[in-house]
Amino acid sequence: MHEMAIAEGILDIAKEHAAREKSDRITKIGLLIGEMAGVEEDALRFCFSSLVQGTLAEEAELSIKRMPLVGRCDACDYEKQIENYNFICPKCGGGLAVVSGRELRVEYLEMD
Amino acid sequence: MEVNVMQDILGKNDALADAMKADFAARRIFVLNLMGSPGSGKTTLMEATLRALSGELRMAVIEGDLFTSKDADRIGACGAPVVQINTAGGCHLDAPMVEKALASLDLDHLDLIVIENVGNLVCPAEFALGEDAKAVVLSVTEGDDKPMKYPLMFKESAVALINKTDLLPFTNFDLAQATEDVRTIHPDAEVLSISATKGDGMEAWFDWLRGKVKAKKDGAA
Repeated sequence: MHEMAIAEGILDIAKEHAAREKSDRITKIGLLIGEMAGVEEDALRFCFSSLVQGTLAEEAELSIKRMPLVGRCDACDYEKQIENYNFICPKCGGGLAVVSGRELRVEYLEMD
Repeated sequence: MEVNVMQDILGKNDALADAMKADFAARRIFVLNLMGSPGSGKTTLMEATLRALSGELRMAVIEGDLFTSKDADRIGACGAPVVQINTAGGCHLDAPMVEKALASLDLDHLDLIVIENVGNLVCPAEFALGEDAKAVVLSVTEGDDKPMKYPLMFKESAVALINKTDLLPFTNFDLAQATEDVRTIHPDAEVLSISATKGDGMEAWFDWLRGKVKAKKDGAA
């Protein structure tokens, strides 16, 4: 259950930006979460909702965009969406390196 | 008002991990983040490794556990410097915890630091600790379906150690299938079958470690 640590990271980033913009209310937080980011969405929402009580993000909506898992072959540059965690290149048998799908990122914030 | 952010949520952890990694590089210490389920044999593996290699490598161990110093006591009995981190219920180690533990080690006189993470196949994979490589221990009694059930752990690990092979006759663990699954998730991964208690396959593991430590000493890693 590392989702609480992730929720804390999100709140920290939100607070920093709110302070910079002199805002005291965050209304929406846009997240990019990769398919292979090891984050359980419901657990993250639950942790976040309990963490933000009494903070400037108390009413913030979490908008989560899941990023597809995409790999590129180290040997032949072939790029494909990864299915069933198969990271073997279908063209040449090389290994596919992750180009997307491991994101754990705050994309944008909306604040008053 | 919308503010474009594009900031990694674990950015602070990653920045500290990067700084620690740079420090390890300057000191030419190879650092391994050792992960695996509770009971997979991580501590037993480390005991056997310390006994075999303490004459040739200067090793230290950082022990992550929820509570107790049971594992650190076992490592200490092998004569190696050991630091205990208690996460008090936390399911993984993070970079600040390891940074704090490092203060107790004599970093000027070490070739290898092994960070034994909290027993867990999920959370530790997500937190960088400044390591050069991650390793995962999977014991045959856990079942051969674990690589596909916990792909991130196996994707992140440069080496997968399939442990307790001496118990294979008493399980339905399909060693060939598990090995193939790890290689499907991570084609470059080293997969080593071992029995840390009986010693089977351990020489290949020691050679892997020796190679990594030497590469780091030579400035290649």
